[in-house]
Amino acid sequence: MARFLIKRIFSAVLTLFAVSVLTFLMFFALPRDPVSGMCPKNCNPERLERVRQELGLRDPLVTQYAGYMKGIFTGRDLGSAQGGRCDAPCLGWSYVNNEAVLDTIARVLPVTLSIVIPAAILWLLLGVGLGMVSALRRGTWLDRAAIGFSLTGASLQLYFVGAVLLLVFVYNLRWLPVPSYTSIFDNPVKWASGLVLAWVALAFLFSAIYARLSRAQMLETLSEDFVRTARAKGLAKRTVYGRHALRAAITPVVTIAGLDVGAALGGTVITETTFGIQGLGRTAVEAVRAGDLPTIMATVLISAVFVVLANVLVDLLYAAIDPRVRLG
Amino acid sequence: MDRPESAPSGEPDRPAVPEQRAGDPYLRVSDLRVRFDTADGVVRAVDGVSFAVERGRTLGIVGESGSGKSVTSLAVLGLHDPKRTTITGEISVGGRQLVGQPDEEVRRLRGRDMAMIFQDPLSALHPYYTVGRQIAEAYRVHHPRVSRREARRRAVDMLGRVGIPQPGRRFDQYPHEFSGGMRQRVVIAMALVNDPDLLIADEPTTALDVTVQAQILDLLADLQAEFHSAIIMITHDLGVVSQVADEVLVMYGGRAVEHGSVEQVLRRPQHPYTWGLLSSVPSLHGDADADLVPIRGNPPSLINLPAGCAFHPRCRYADRNGDRSRAQVPELRPAGAPGHLVACHLSADDRTRLYAEDIAHVGVAR
Repeated sequence: MARFLIKRIFSAVLTLFAVSVLTFLMFFALPRDPVSGMCPKNCNPERLERVRQELGLRDPLVTQYAGYMKGIFTGRDLGSAQGGRCDAPCLGWSYVNNEAVLDTIARVLPVTLSIVIPAAILWLLLGVGLGMVSALRRGTWLDRAAIGFSLTGASLQLYFVGAVLLLVFVYNLRWLPVPSYTSIFDNPVKWASGLVLAWVALAFLFSAIYARLSRAQMLETLSEDFVRTARAKGLAKRTVYGRHALRAAITPVVTIAGLDVGAALGGTVITETTFGIQGLGRTAVEAVRAGDLPTIMATVLISAVFVVLANVLVDLLYAAIDPRVRLG
Repeated sequence: MDRPESAPSGEPDRPAVPEQRAGDPYLRVSDLRVRFDTADGVVRAVDGVSFAVERGRTLGIVGESGSGKSVTSLAVLGLHDPKRTTITGEISVGGRQLVGQPDEEVRRLRGRDMAMIFQDPLSALHPYYTVGRQIAEAYRVHHPRVSRREARRRAVDMLGRVGIPQPGRRFDQYPHEFSGGMRQRVVIAMALVNDPDLLIADEPTTALDVTVQAQILDLLADLQAEFHSAIIMITHDLGVVSQVADEVLVMYGGRAVEHGSVEQVLRRPQHPYTWGLLSSVPSLHGDADADLVPIRGNPPSLINLPAGCAFHPRCRYADRNGDRSRAQVPELRPAGAPGHLVACHLSADDRTRLYAEDIAHVGVAR
């Protein structure tokens, strides 16, 4: 198991290295001058040139990359216009926001985490629960209702569901405040009430896939020989379904869940925009629009870290669930 | 059912059982019919089968795929989905009627009084749990007061009894760490962990190579001698039947076509289908160049069984009695020797003569 873990983490680090190189090449080697977009007005050539110098754009690409990486791991000195000393993990300075990129990230990352993690818990419980119920009650009205629910979820768009939720619960019934972000550490109730609509909207859309996947998996597992063996032993239905069938059926769901959560943590642009909450996703989109390279670089890297981490986690869960994986 | 709280732990809680008279068979199946409703129509998987097995005796059920042999055994254990299956007739295990009983009643007997050894030991074991845990689970479900350690000791003991070396170490291994033969031993250990009175083995040696097959059959015979259990051996392998069975039931298209002692059915078979089975098995002692004679045609569809004798489209002798084979379902009737039954329209004289002339010199029938 330890060997498996080490191998897996090593390959994750390699992946992250590759992603960082590629992102760097893509954004810093683009033909477009990254500086020209930074100040649309009142920028004389001298100032632009100074910014180029400060960003290190006149240095060779390798030097630039080395400098960026050094900043992440040990911190580095940026020019006085960029806030001077930048401690590790240094993600650079944003001329657009006029602050260290790390500060921006530190502000918006908790928002995205607060949206995605509770929503993921909700959509997994709802999706897998619905899937199990409809598999075990196959052909009944419960099954049809669950399938109908998941079909609806799969065919709707988030901005539509979000708008309907906002209209009903915020503007008509006035049960909930206008969505906003409050730190869970400051006021958990406000945190939840400000984000609950986003959770519900995400859970509704995502649970559809999970309901259908886990229903299909459960039905397939129920026809497996080892489930028949479990029944032949005289185990109660609850044990047969819960201990024997569920564990085998859940494995593919874990994969999809890991990838979905990893991707969602990289930013939920549409959700954040629909509910007017500033998270990682919106920050990334705005950075792209403003040509704010250090921020773009940071958001892409962070998304990549989440996806890679989610993959490692999925593999570890797999190994925990299926003993045959541990051999590899 | 009363379950006295003071029952000593380690002893299975046996519910009150109707007194079984001495000499009664442990399992009695009468006129069993199993039908599945499918999208394509009603499948009559078993259509009026009767047999009985006493403790310490072995019944071999023989037939091709789709003959209803596995369906019969699953019906005895009550493992069919009640929503899609209609079961009529009688199944009596140790004096208890099972047909029509709520699943919870049958569940308590399952694994304790009657157990099953499945065909493919790899798919029959859960890939995610250690073999020891799976065996201990089978023990604890029927011995709820037994501690984990006690259950483990019992499971290790069973692993040793079925001939698995180092059972204490093997307990903590997963099915994929076992060879095919060892896996089948695990499945057998699991089936025997509660000392069942009735053991149904569904082609237990099909997935194994011949030497391992012999070991497993010996093991079953030893365990039967020890536990005095009734065994049903489901197989399409007549060699296996001749080794282990006392009695044989030959099934075709969901019906019994021949039934008798091993000696009767294998030495003096009366049904053309049984002849076909025997002629298609090679003999070690025969002429190596002699051709085997396969049964022509394919097993029938259970949704659309041929009218009359279900075997008539494949029977070389179906034309010998006018239209009877096509029009009339032959009943299982005494075929001369006591206890020997056959369902065939051919006259007894015809059968004796045809067997002697056409069959007796082919394959293992020699």
